[in-house]
Amino acid sequence: MSDAKFFQRGKIQELRIELNSDKKDRGYTRKKATLKKIVANMTMGNDMSSLYPDVIACMAIPVLEVKKMVYLFLINYAKGKPEMALEAISTFRRDVEDPNPLIRALAIRTMGYIHVDKVTACLIQPLRHCMRDQDPYVRKTAAVCVAKLFMQDRHLVENAGFIDQLREMLVDSNPSVVANAVAALTEISERSDHIQLKLNMAVASKLVTALNECSEWGQTYILESLMFVVPQEPGDAEMLAERIAPRLQHANSAVVLTAVKVIVYLMNYMSKDEDISNMCKKLSPPLVTLLSSGPEVQYVGLRNILLVIQKHPEILKNDIKIFFCKYNDPIYVKMAKLEIMFRLANEHNVEQVLSELKEYATEVDVDFVRKAVRSIGRLAVKIESTAQRCVEALLELIQTKVNYVVQESIVVIKDIFRKYPNQYESIIGVLCENLDNLDEPEAKAAMIWIIGQYADRIENSDELLDDFLYTFLEETVEVQLALLTATVKLFIKRPTAGQDLVPKVLKWATEEVDNPDLRDRGYIYWRLLSTDVAAAKAVVLSEKPHISTETDNMDPVLLEELLLHIASLSAIYHKAPTTFIPHCKPRFLIPSPALRRQNYGPGRLMHSDSYSSVHSNSSDHHQQLSGSSQPQSSSSQLDPLDEFMASSTPAKEPHHQRLSYHEQSFDQVAEASIGNREYYDQKINAENPYRTDTTSTSGTKSGGGDDLMSFDL
Amino acid sequence: MISALFIYNQKGEVLISRLYRQDLKRSIADIFRIQVISNTDVRSPIITLGSTSFFHVRHENLYIVALTKWNANAALIFEFCYRVINVGRSYFGKFDEESVKANFVLIYELLDEVLDFGYPQNSEADTLKMYITTESVKSERAIKEDSAKITIQATGATSWRRSDVKYRKNEAFIDVIESVNLLLSTQGNVLRADVAGQIMMRAYLSGTPECKFGLNDKVLLEKDPNNRRKTSNTVEIDDCQFHQCVKLGKFDSDRTISFIPPDGEFELMRYRTSDNINLPFRVHPVVTEIGKSKIEYKILVKANFSSKLNANNVVLTIPTPLNTAGVTCSVSAGKAKYVPAENSIVWKIARFQGQSEYMLTGEADLTAMTHKKAWSRPPISMDFQVLMFTSSGLLVRFLKVFEKNNYQSVKWVRYMTKAGNYQIRF
Repeated sequence: MSDAKFFQRGKIQELRIELNSDKKDRGYTRKKATLKKIVANMTMGNDMSSLYPDVIACMAIPVLEVKKMVYLFLINYAKGKPEMALEAISTFRRDVEDPNPLIRALAIRTMGYIHVDKVTACLIQPLRHCMRDQDPYVRKTAAVCVAKLFMQDRHLVENAGFIDQLREMLVDSNPSVVANAVAALTEISERSDHIQLKLNMAVASKLVTALNECSEWGQTYILESLMFVVPQEPGDAEMLAERIAPRLQHANSAVVLTAVKVIVYLMNYMSKDEDISNMCKKLSPPLVTLLSSGPEVQYVGLRNILLVIQKHPEILKNDIKIFFCKYNDPIYVKMAKLEIMFRLANEHNVEQVLSELKEYATEVDVDFVRKAVRSIGRLAVKIESTAQRCVEALLELIQTKVNYVVQESIVVIKDIFRKYPNQYESIIGVLCENLDNLDEPEAKAAMIWIIGQYADRIENSDELLDDFLYTFLEETVEVQLALLTATVKLFIKRPTAGQDLVPKVLKWATEEVDNPDLRDRGYIYWRLLSTDVAAAKAVVLSEKPHISTETDNMDPVLLEELLLHIASLSAIYHKAPTTFIPHCKPRFLIPSPALRRQNYGPGRLMHSDSYSSVHSNSSDHHQQLSGSSQPQSSSSQLDPLDEFMASSTPAKEPHHQRLSYHEQSFDQVAEASIGNREYYDQKINAENPYRTDTTSTSGTKSGGGDDLMSFDL
Repeated sequence: MISALFIYNQKGEVLISRLYRQDLKRSIADIFRIQVISNTDVRSPIITLGSTSFFHVRHENLYIVALTKWNANAALIFEFCYRVINVGRSYFGKFDEESVKANFVLIYELLDEVLDFGYPQNSEADTLKMYITTESVKSERAIKEDSAKITIQATGATSWRRSDVKYRKNEAFIDVIESVNLLLSTQGNVLRADVAGQIMMRAYLSGTPECKFGLNDKVLLEKDPNNRRKTSNTVEIDDCQFHQCVKLGKFDSDRTISFIPPDGEFELMRYRTSDNINLPFRVHPVVTEIGKSKIEYKILVKANFSSKLNANNVVLTIPTPLNTAGVTCSVSAGKAKYVPAENSIVWKIARFQGQSEYMLTGEADLTAMTHKKAWSRPPISMDFQVLMFTSSGLLVRFLKVFEKNNYQSVKWVRYMTKAGNYQIRF
């Protein structure tokens, strides 16, 4: 018999009449059919709540299927009609006493879903009984019910002693009960302000024993809870990891990835490098196996692999081929694979990687192709020996004349020029053939940088720049900044060729444009050029700081935090959970005598410290950038965050005088958002080295005006 | 954990909607429809809007969607979605719009059972069938009679098997199914070749049998000094995964595979190997673009396995450019025709004997195109099945069954290799 026929819009009035009809109804088939119609309408989103009294009346019918449908109805509508829910209480009371454990559990489970105070009040007593029920099925249902209750009324759960009862359930003889009790405790601990789950080794050891007999989901809950064990001795961590390791062979990827999370976490507390490297060896094969699951799980696996290999580069270092993209992989799998490929690329496999990337660059999906092209450029920067071949590959791609491929190539070629100055200038001619097709700001800015940088070698550099300048005022700030600097470079390198352009650009930048960065940069060039051309030359054409793909590395503090969240959403987005989940407790490595010193320096283990450490680093960053003289000193392809972290990693002695000066001006701007990490990211991205030096003067517009008057070529 | 579960059809109509937590409303269902189902360019199986995350899996003509507002375990949620599909298939044969609509009340019952407050609970179809059945009368009787048995089953250490199974004839069938993945470069080099194997078992065994299972696993055999001489014929397994029933601790300590099987069909293990793969087919494509109006194909395919074996349902899909007007081709075996909808020539050979080779020659005529983007040359892909052949060389050495009644059991083994992702670039 098919229920599909019930899937049609029903009129409330008709349904009510049907439910209340007193025609002969053997085996309640009519009532069942009507209830099915109501459930179908509920599914379709039609409001059935006004049928409440009539549906509740059906509760008395001694048919399980009917009962379940009425309960479903209650769960959906009770909140809106609390008075009606009360009518159901007597039935619930009877059911929790039922001799059949399935009925007892059903009643408890359903009552937990009904968020009506009076129902909740009636739940407390039976729930306490059910937690001690002789049947494990009822006990495991009761355990989850405590978590439900906690979401409704925290104080009630705490005051009624349910937490202690849950804790007792951790040593229940039945593994399903243990697993659900653990899950409930973990969730309560994650949401409560003053309850924090902490497991000692004795409890942890019991839980691990229960692992063997649990359902796969139960195993996941237990493994998850092991994140709340803080090993006090390295031996504890090793033993625990050793006992969890067999889970890596489980068919369910949730079990595997959660086991990976716990093992990676425990490695922080191991003392011997040998133990760590043994564990790493065990982690590689199951991570690869994740790639034979469904595409969604593959994606989850890939995003997590990207985290794990950043912390432990020995994992998967010889398995790059696994990450080559298949033509019919979904796009999200391809993109994630590409990132891992780039990270695993080294001197030995670069040949293969490059030929793969060339293949991908001819595919259909625009984003994927762009990323492939970009990766070729990054590869050149990462591995010097392959730079020549990467440049050739990029030139080939430019010949295809596919617009976005050309633009993407130019952006990365700029970085190659930065990294290897005076090696590949011969290709500039080819690049210049494509000037007319550039319509993306990033590509334009890159091309303009190249022209400015090699203004003395490109014969018609002045004409090229003049062409770009034609639309100066309509360009984005990125392009305008590039144009400004390139023009000044041209002028310094070839004064005669640049003398018509420079005043034009400076005038625009200082008078016509609202962007303060651009304006300030305009002023500083202006002053430099008008007071001391030699100094201007020294500043503008100074040697540029070294770039490297080290800057792609994730902020180690963030990485450390994300590793504690392997398998979760935040590990997929590579974002700390606190940034997108409200009321989420941050996790951090809890210090213990066994905790290894982290390689990014002492004093930053605690999550709570990370903001302040970022804050103080930001001044280092200023310091470093101010020392360089090149506005585009950073490699454009990189994420602002990465770039920022990279420049703050070297532990240089900060320049104190300046430091305080910068911090001050910084704080003034920041005011409301001090301590807000995002703020700094944006700020630093927009920042340019000239900016800070002129903050005090640029405030007085008239001073700038004077300079303008006295500027004379 | 999971706050709500929805099942949609392709039009975006909600077929099943179940909320498990109060942090969401039913109306959120519309957001998924707008953001994903009506969106032609979906680039991720996970979408987060505000603090609500939508996880979706597509199956047949359905979207199975789980929602959460928490930093939930993404692997767990996807695995659970897969499990919903499997339980559905086990119950209804097929899990599609029709079967969901025809059984929606039952599906609600199941969803109430397998997810509690968004936490996946016992989801073994075998156990669920004991107390949630399509014929409600039967289920009621079952529940009255042995509810205690059911609850112990649903929470016990062997939740996948009931204890009262009886067969007159005790039999076990093992199917070793290997999917070979191959990526061959334009130059004919193997970029990657690996095998993803599955060992499927159909157990029709009475009582509570303890099984031991042995493969020609290199690690295991090299451990055993008695077996030294046989080691030439072993397979190096990169990694393997087991069904819930296999005792993982035991495998970890001495690499023996022991288990109490569920009743009927299940996947005992999955394995992966990349060492010494025997590629069943070699393909040598020569594709030349003649000017802008013609492409010439010469595709040679050769069977690499023993001449005593046959491959079935061999299909080669050979891509053609988007602007192909027509194709003429001839083949030395099977049938080949141009399928415009797939932009490819599909060459089917029903039976392909080992060691033989066949050839396709053809020409594609192209219409003139205004834009000059080059043809991306997607790879040739291949599909096939070869019986009694394993690409990895894996063999089943034994299956032992121990049961307290000490009955005799008959065991059967079958091998098959099929194409996974078998792609040849040209």
